[in-house]
Amino acid sequence: MTTTVSRPGAKRAAIAARTLRTDRWWLAPLITFAGLSAWVLYATVRVFMHKWYYVPDYHYLTPFYSPCLTDRCIEGSAEFGTPLPSFWLIPEAAFTLPFLLLFRLTCYYYRKAYYRAFWLSPPACAVPDAHAKYTGETRFPLVFQNLHRYAFYAATIISVINTWDAIRSFGTGFGLGNVILSANVVMLWAYTLSCHSCRHIAGGRLKHFSKHPVRYRFWTFVSKLNARHMLLAWVTLGTLALTDFYVMALAAGWWPDLRFIS
Amino acid sequence: MKERIERHLYDVVVIGAGGAGLRAAIEARLAGKRTAIISKSLFGKAHTVMAEGGAAAAMGNANSRDNWMVHFRDTMRGGKFLNNYRMAELHAKEAPERIWELETYGALFDRTPDGKISQRNFGGHEYPRLAHVGDRTGLELIRTLQQKIVSLQQEDFAETGNYESRIRVFSETTITELLLDGDRVAAAFGYYRESGELILLEAPAIVLATGGVGRSYKVTSNSWEYTGDGHALALRAGATLINMEFLQFHPTGMVWPPSVKGILVTESVRGDGGVLRNSDQKRFMFDYVPDVFRKQYADTEEEADRWYTDPDNNRRPPELLPRDEVARAINSEVKAGRGTKSGGVFLDVSTRMPAETITRRLPSMYHQFKELADVDITKEPMEVGPTCHYVMGGVEVDPDTAAAAGVVRGLFAAGEVSGGMHGSNRLGGNSLSDLLVFGKRAGEHASAYAESLDKRPKVRTADVEAAAGAALAPLHRESGENPYTLQQDLQAVMGDLVGIIRREGELTDALKRLHELKLRVANVGATGGRRYNPGWHLALDLRNMLVVSECTAKAALEREESRGGHTREDFPTMNPQWRKVNLVCSLDDMGEVHLERKPLPAMRPELLELFEYGELTKYMTDEELS
Amino acid sequence: MSRHFRVWRGDSSGGEIRDYDVDVNDGEVVLDIIHRIQATQAPDLACRWNCKAGKCGSCSMEINGKPRLGCMTRMSTFEESETVTITPLRAFPVIRDLVTDVSFNYTKARETPAFSPPEGLAPGEYRMQQIDVERSQEFRKCIECFLCQNTCHVVRDHEENKEAFSGPRSFIRAAELDMHPLDARSDRKEYAQANQGLGYCNITKCCSEVCPEHIKITDNAIIPLKERVVDRRYDPLVWLGRKIFRRDQLAEAPPAGVAPDAHLDVGEMLSTQSGGPSPFGDDQTFPLTDITYQHPAPGSPSREG
Ligand SMILES: Cc1cc2nc3c(=O)[nH]c(=O)nc-3n(C[C@H](O)[C@H](O)[C@H](O)COP(=O)(O)OP(=O)(O)OC[C@H]3O[C@@H](n4cnc5c(N)ncnc54)[C@H](O)[C@@H]3O)c2cc1C
Ligand code: SF4
Ligand code: SF4
Ligand code: FES
Ligand code: FES
Repeated sequence: MTTTVSRPGAKRAAIAARTLRTDRWWLAPLITFAGLSAWVLYATVRVFMHKWYYVPDYHYLTPFYSPCLTDRCIEGSAEFGTPLPSFWLIPEAAFTLPFLLLFRLTCYYYRKAYYRAFWLSPPACAVPDAHAKYTGETRFPLVFQNLHRYAFYAATIISVINTWDAIRSFGTGFGLGNVILSANVVMLWAYTLSCHSCRHIAGGRLKHFSKHPVRYRFWTFVSKLNARHMLLAWVTLGTLALTDFYVMALAAGWWPDLRFIS
Repeated sequence: MKERIERHLYDVVVIGAGGAGLRAAIEARLAGKRTAIISKSLFGKAHTVMAEGGAAAAMGNANSRDNWMVHFRDTMRGGKFLNNYRMAELHAKEAPERIWELETYGALFDRTPDGKISQRNFGGHEYPRLAHVGDRTGLELIRTLQQKIVSLQQEDFAETGNYESRIRVFSETTITELLLDGDRVAAAFGYYRESGELILLEAPAIVLATGGVGRSYKVTSNSWEYTGDGHALALRAGATLINMEFLQFHPTGMVWPPSVKGILVTESVRGDGGVLRNSDQKRFMFDYVPDVFRKQYADTEEEADRWYTDPDNNRRPPELLPRDEVARAINSEVKAGRGTKSGGVFLDVSTRMPAETITRRLPSMYHQFKELADVDITKEPMEVGPTCHYVMGGVEVDPDTAAAAGVVRGLFAAGEVSGGMHGSNRLGGNSLSDLLVFGKRAGEHASAYAESLDKRPKVRTADVEAAAGAALAPLHRESGENPYTLQQDLQAVMGDLVGIIRREGELTDALKRLHELKLRVANVGATGGRRYNPGWHLALDLRNMLVVSECTAKAALEREESRGGHTREDFPTMNPQWRKVNLVCSLDDMGEVHLERKPLPAMRPELLELFEYGELTKYMTDEELS
Repeated sequence: MSRHFRVWRGDSSGGEIRDYDVDVNDGEVVLDIIHRIQATQAPDLACRWNCKAGKCGSCSMEINGKPRLGCMTRMSTFEESETVTITPLRAFPVIRDLVTDVSFNYTKARETPAFSPPEGLAPGEYRMQQIDVERSQEFRKCIECFLCQNTCHVVRDHEENKEAFSGPRSFIRAAELDMHPLDARSDRKEYAQANQGLGYCNITKCCSEVCPEHIKITDNAIIPLKERVVDRRYDPLVWLGRKIFRRDQLAEAPPAGVAPDAHLDVGEMLSTQSGGPSPFGDDQTFPLTDITYQHPAPGSPSREG
């Protein structure tokens, strides 16, 4: 463990305490840690459950299984064929989940969150880093954080698929499940569009906004969303889990869908 | 003498790293001179950083009718015709070029819709004239110049492999004495604040750009740096000071909470639509428009309000009168019992524009009130009162070359430390442009002077030893008087007896007390070591504050009239006879302050013609006009 | 009312936190307390300050462990009974008491290439639109308090990184110049990546958290710079696009403002201009005055990057 206390040669002020912060600086990383761990746990369990992901009556497909691509996929859930075998280690959405994972792992906000809460580098501002050596994102493997742009392109495509899922579910009427699915998709789009890479592509990379009025407007819009990127990151975790849980409950027959029009 | 003294050789030494100093240094370096810049604080933190409103230059971007002649006229009017006309002329003519030059250094001013530099209204300026960046123009200016210096250093690095081969910044270094060779400056002597080590910078030409004197007052917008060092250094080197009785009290300083009393509320608040009200909610400024300004200022609230959108057909609101008028008006309102509880008046923007406009146009004011006073200026009015802000007086200089007058050669002065340009009262925004215009001239002529010498002036060892002895003396007087107490006492004398409104009796009293303080300051002591010891630093500054205060008090007593930044209760009006007189302050061999009357240079006829005859009669004597 | 304070006193050879009981009045800030300690108890207590209004960035210190400006920290933000601990900036060598040696920052600033004026424009001829200068103006609000540099764990906790890492203050300078509408250099991002250690930043945002000017250092400067680096180096689609469409030739005669190796963004892969998909053509200013469309000759330089 390093401390900033008077290392030989550096001649910084010799202050014994590792941090003099008196507020509850550990609270935020703790909450992040708990929240992210809980979500990852839930998602892992669900992805390898291989059941209760589709409600045939109303075409409700959980986003965790979209698009469904294995031989196991139940009737009506597979929209894009079933090229994959049914091996328990292969999730139903094996083509999309890795990209979604990559998207969120390399997201600038999540990076901040897990560097702080999991890696403690640093746990909070003006609280010492828990590691003796630090090279940031300059080397393997962290240099691959720069793949975020790629993941963003993929995530946009996946958002389209999720949108299709939500639209398709309207074919049989209208129930609470539709509301949840649609809300999830709206939030997913908001999150995806608020991405820093998106902001950059939208117009951030330009030198003269005044020569690109349309892109400037788009950039302004994305910038506004971007200011809430952290919020959206958490909200979408919530809506994803909620959507999945609701579909699971319906599919397992724990309770029926609340139908407004059928 | 066993003291180790670091020695450096330069062609030009610039004392002061504010706008004037940095601009002078850039010019000297461009002239190929080896240049040193010296600053009491860190690089980029000089007082200029605090300027808010803008830099006045008649570029005519906002109103195409503006030109240097209008600017010249405004400056002379603002200074009540006591300005050195040639300085005002050069300033008005050269300011636009100097501002444009900043853009080539990387400055980013706010823009007009057609992409030019945007300009804003300010007190005393007929047209919108202040180039600005929100309300942090000084920061932009100093950062730009700082970065230009860095860029020059990078050029030198590319050429010589050493960043500091032609221009070097000595930050946190204080100059305590100028050393002479006969009547020529030979070196600047001082100490590193950080280590307390002594330093001698030998140079044939020295530029003073040390700023002002406001620290002699308790309620001031100025920082600890403003102890009048440059004024005192010049005096001791044999130069003269003029106009020292003219101090600008900015009308709007914060008055609450007590600890921030004096901190500036920028004039742009009024320029952008803020109005002054007393505790009866009356816009009292309409009652205080002096006759000389009747023609340019509105006399109804309706007309005043129309002016913001239609300046061509309406007269300006009286809140935008020159600063001395507004400060006096606030002072009288408070004296008449119509002030706020904490002794100020209300300055209100909250009822005048939408909250969003306020936070966009006055971001740092919003920030300042929010953080320091917990007041939301978009919802409540601010409380303001006069604060000591700027000294019009300073080193008497030659207008074209910025060379100091008096018996010394090789000494130049620019910026707030020089006198004459602003006459009896400075217009807002004229300082930043003054720094650039005369900073450049000082750098240019200092280089030329250094070039013209065929032999470098020599420093005498005895002088160096004496300077070192004087600098270290307070440290050896462990039981000497506490410098902080002395400073408080000095501030009390100046604030109470040589303040905004002055009286003969009080001024004589002040001189007596200053004399007593002088004896006490001679015995000031500092505890602690030499490394970064603020007590010691203050102890050394006190002597400068004292001599400058004495000049101010003496001149204030002598000038029996009221004009601009000098108001005598016993002589409440302007007197055309006094307009012809400059009061010149100098130091004799015994270190005593002397005051002398000198005639003011007469304006060239073609410049006189820029004014209406009627206006001139208000300022000038009959024989001057005939 | 008297309150309890603890102030670090000492120099590079060592020091300790000392206790002071000081009167506190209504509306005071921490810097007022320091001044009162100087005036009444310890005349030699070293502390930097200038403006007392949050404008100069001199009075940086750590108050209860948080990097802050002394002049902008009001005493009313603390509980009446709370002890306030004041220490110097930790990331820099201490000179004495609350004064530290911040030359690291000046050294890094001096290494960052300065503004490069455009060719052929005389003073007074600069024309820039407000929306184009606004991004850079945000960064020019910086008062150089170096709180961000001090808080950044890359150097605060790892002295050895000081060589390779210039810190957030330098990044906003690089971003400012890269976004400056008339700056003639186009390699700012490469420089930031290669020489300023942009990659060391793990965007944990402490710099933005402590900035007294509320500059969005991470969101508006560091991440956009990282994205600009990605444009040039990592974006796989762009790389592919260049291979397939052989856009390298286009990039060989780079327009002003684009480096010789200018890669193209995905949206621009299919566009005939490297400036990308502005629906009106990139070198068009508004309102439109000349509406005769001239197809750009192959390889002709366009202005935008
Ligand atoms: C709050 C405020 C707002 C203002 N707003 C405006 C405005 O909007 N428009 C405008 O035009 N003007 C404004 N002014 C006035 C203007 O900012 C100053 O007059 C101007 O900045 C002075 O610049 P300068 O270069 O002369 O000196 P400064 O910038 O004050 O620099 C003085 C330099 O000299 C150094 N120095 C001093 N003594 C010594 C010594 N003994 N040894 C070594 N170095 C020394 C200091 O360290 C410093 O670097 C404002 C002033 C204040 C206080
Ligand atoms: S965001 Fe980057 S630069 Fe800012 S403090 Fe964190 S690591 Fe340092
Ligand atoms: S970016 Fe902010 S925190 Fe960093 S030096 Fe500038 S003002 Fe201070
Ligand atoms: S998704 Fe978070 S930054 Fe791209
Ligand atoms: S004293 Fe200037 S920022 Fe605090």
